[in-house]
Formats: sequence, C-alpha cells, structure tokens
Amino acid sequence: MTTLMQEMNQRALELGLPVSVHLDVTYRCNERCVHCYLDHDDYGEMTTTEICDVLDQLAEAGVFFLTLSGGEVLMRMDFFQILEHARSRLFCVTIKTNAFMIREREADRIHDLGVETVQVSIYSHRPEVHDAITKLPGSLKRSIAGIRLLRSRELKVTIANVLMRQNLNDYAGVRALARELGARFTIDPTITPKMDGERSILVLGIGGDDLRQVFRNPDLVGNVETFCAPPPAVDEDVLDELPCSAGHTACYISPYGDVFPCVQFPLPSGNVRKQKFLEIWRHSAQLNEVRSIRARDLPVCSTCSHVGSCTRCPGLAYMEGNMRGPSSQDCEKSFARTGIPSANMIARNSARAMSGLVQISGLRQ
Amino acid sequence: MSAIYIARSREIAARNLGGEMMIMSPRNSTLCNLNGVGTLIWEAADGQTPLEEIVAGRVCAEFDVEPAQALKDAESFAWELAELGILLLSDQPIASVPPHSYG
Repeated sequence: MTTLMQEMNQRALELGLPVSVHLDVTYRCNERCVHCYLDHDDYGEMTTTEICDVLDQLAEAGVFFLTLSGGEVLMRMDFFQILEHARSRLFCVTIKTNAFMIREREADRIHDLGVETVQVSIYSHRPEVHDAITKLPGSLKRSIAGIRLLRSRELKVTIANVLMRQNLNDYAGVRALARELGARFTIDPTITPKMDGERSILVLGIGGDDLRQVFRNPDLVGNVETFCAPPPAVDEDVLDELPCSAGHTACYISPYGDVFPCVQFPLPSGNVRKQKFLEIWRHSAQLNEVRSIRARDLPVCSTCSHVGSCTRCPGLAYMEGNMRGPSSQDCEKSFARTGIPSANMIARNSARAMSGLVQISGLRQ
Repeated sequence: MSAIYIARSREIAARNLGGEMMIMSPRNSTLCNLNGVGTLIWEAADGQTPLEEIVAGRVCAEFDVEPAQALKDAESFAWELAELGILLLSDQPIASVPPHSYG
C-alpha cells in the first residue's frame, strides 16, 4: 500500500495535480487551546454554496485526499451538508475534530458518509492537564466519549498528541489511552507561530533536552539507532530534492477562500472567491515560486550536513522571515536527533560569540 | 450462464489521475490503481449494462484482446473488486450508481 501511495504521489507530481487539499471550514472553535495558531473570530466564512462549489472544483482538479478541519468543524451548522457533498464527489475524507460535540447522531452520520479517518487532538490522559490546555472544563471526558462512539462504529480514529511544556510527561499515558480506545497514536513536538506571524506561543514548545529524550524513546520512534543516525552524505541528488509536498501536490484553503501552499505555510497565493481554484493552482506566482525551490537553492541549508535528512518545514522558515531560510525548530530537531549542530546553529553561535568582541557607542554631543 | 451486472460502490473514494483510476476500498483502505482496461470497465459499471456487453462493446472495441479471454479476465477483475467492496455484483440490474469520475 505504501508503495502505491508513493506511486500515486509521484504520478500527481509529474502531472502537476493537487492530490491532497486541507480545507478549514471554520476558524471558530469551542476550545481555546493555549498553543493554537488561529484567531477564532469569524470574518466572513465561505457559505455552504461557496464551499460546495470549491469541492466541485477540487474534484475536477484531481484532488483525492481531502482533510476537513478548523477551528472545530462541528461549529458549522452545515458541516454534514459539506461532508455529504464531499463524499458525493468521492474524496477520501479525513476529519480533524476535538470530538467534543460528537454524539450518537454525529457518529452515525460520519460512519454512514464513509469518512476514512477521524483525527482527534488529545493532550493528556489527565483531565486537569488536557482541560487546562483546551481551557474547556470537561473537554477530555467529552472527547473520549466522542472517540468511543466513533470506534463503536468501527471508524478509524487517530489521536494526535501535540507535545509542549504543559504535557511533556503525559505522552505515555495518551499512548496507552489510544491503545485502550483502539485508536492510532501520533505525536508532534511542533508549535506553529500564529497565522499573523505572532510568535509568543513558541515558548510553549519543549526544549532541546526534552526533545532529545523523546527522540530516544523506542516506543515513539522505533529503532533509535536508525532514527538518531548521523545524516547521510550530501550529493547532487540530495540537493535536487523538493523540500516537501506543499504547493507541489498539496495545498491549503482557509474558511475565507484564501489559498496557501500548506496550513503551516501562510503565503497568500490566491482566493477562490475571486478566481477558479485551478487557475490559482496552475498560475499563482507564489505557488510557482515555491515549486521552483530545490534544496540547492537554500543559502544556509544547502551547506548543512543535515540537508538530506532534515524535516525542514518551508512554511516555518517563511514565518521566520524567509522561505529559503532555515526553520530553527527543525534545526533543533536535527540536533536533538544526532547531536550534530546545523549550519544555521553554527552560524548563529558564531555571530553571538563575535558580537561581544567590539563595542560601538554612538558619539554624544 | 446468467448475466453479471456490475456497479460502482458509493462507499469508495476514487479519482481519475491522468487516465488511471485510483480507488480506495471502504473495507480496509486498500488503495487500487486500475490500468486502462480496468478504468474502462470501472467507468462502464453503471449497474445496467451486463459485463459481457461491456467487454464486447467497450473493451474489445478499444483494445486488441481475444473476446472469450477478455470476458474471463473481466469476471475475475470484477470479483476481486467486489471482495474489496469497490464494485457491487448482481445477476439483476443495480440502481443508484454514483458518477464514474471526477477529475
């Protein structure tokens, strides 16, 4: 299956098709997670008709994998109309939800409409920790109840565990909870800056020592020796590689119709309220710029020994100020895995060391 | 031998990528890639046209294949997809079939 999936992605890449689209149907949410990168006010979401029209366009464009997310998708009263339309267009649908509002009726509908996977964020197995992160009392209990309803209908559920300072010690508990519920488990230590570029929430991210510990847990990473192995030698093939699927075979659409290369890459590339999706996909100057970038075009990263194995996110780099620059969070991950500092870290440390050598004071009159 | 009718399931996810159908089974998420002949049969699986007629009228018309062997292969193809929940099989016409393709 993995091989066929890779073949499908390769085929989509060759044909220039957007095989995966992430569509946020709303930014409104019943939770107020401390690390969330969204503004939850509604500035004029697309209507049901507009979203259904976008779904028609996405189907015509060749999109196969559709992620419906938010905000909380069930904050939209028309969510099941949207979902029904999506499934009538034969998308392979993943829903991201906090499952708080899933009752028997919602679970039945999700099952009957043939949703592939439901992803639910669970931050801790302890209510006092999870609910403090979501700022919604009773949320862990309700989310677990929602997951049980989905699982009782044999729906596939993935529990996504975002790691941060507040819940660092709870991932084993969440993993055990996932096992008990018959859900898959994923863990992610990435905290994303807010969509407007505001970066204060990054302090919630776990630091180097904790990251190192996580990356050396075989329950999470499998073979630690392989996972933490030094980076492979850099050759011409590595330098010709694409950074990731963003803008190549995947993109993101906001509730307001804005098209970005990825949910984590807020480079405005067009708006489906003003242009047809395919016109944006094929002709957006921004998407074409993203597509033109190869590893060898990255001034710092192309000189880095990690370039062939780094998880560098061009979106996080963009939010640091330069889509061709390094993504510091990924530099830290590469360092935590291998103990080898990235070119970016070395340059920053050198700059810091040199900055104390000369003191320049302004002339006072 | 009675006629076999085939119809596309509503449960699947499917897309035509550059002339080849990618289909995901609702039963176990198995991803299938249909070649040109498979895609043609898939697109003709309207629940109303017998498989024999699809093979004679579409497959043999577009591909250089021996009719009896083509029908035999098409039947095993249909059974294989039916086991994955991707096609419905019946000895009667089947109503309510989703469109064959978007994209």
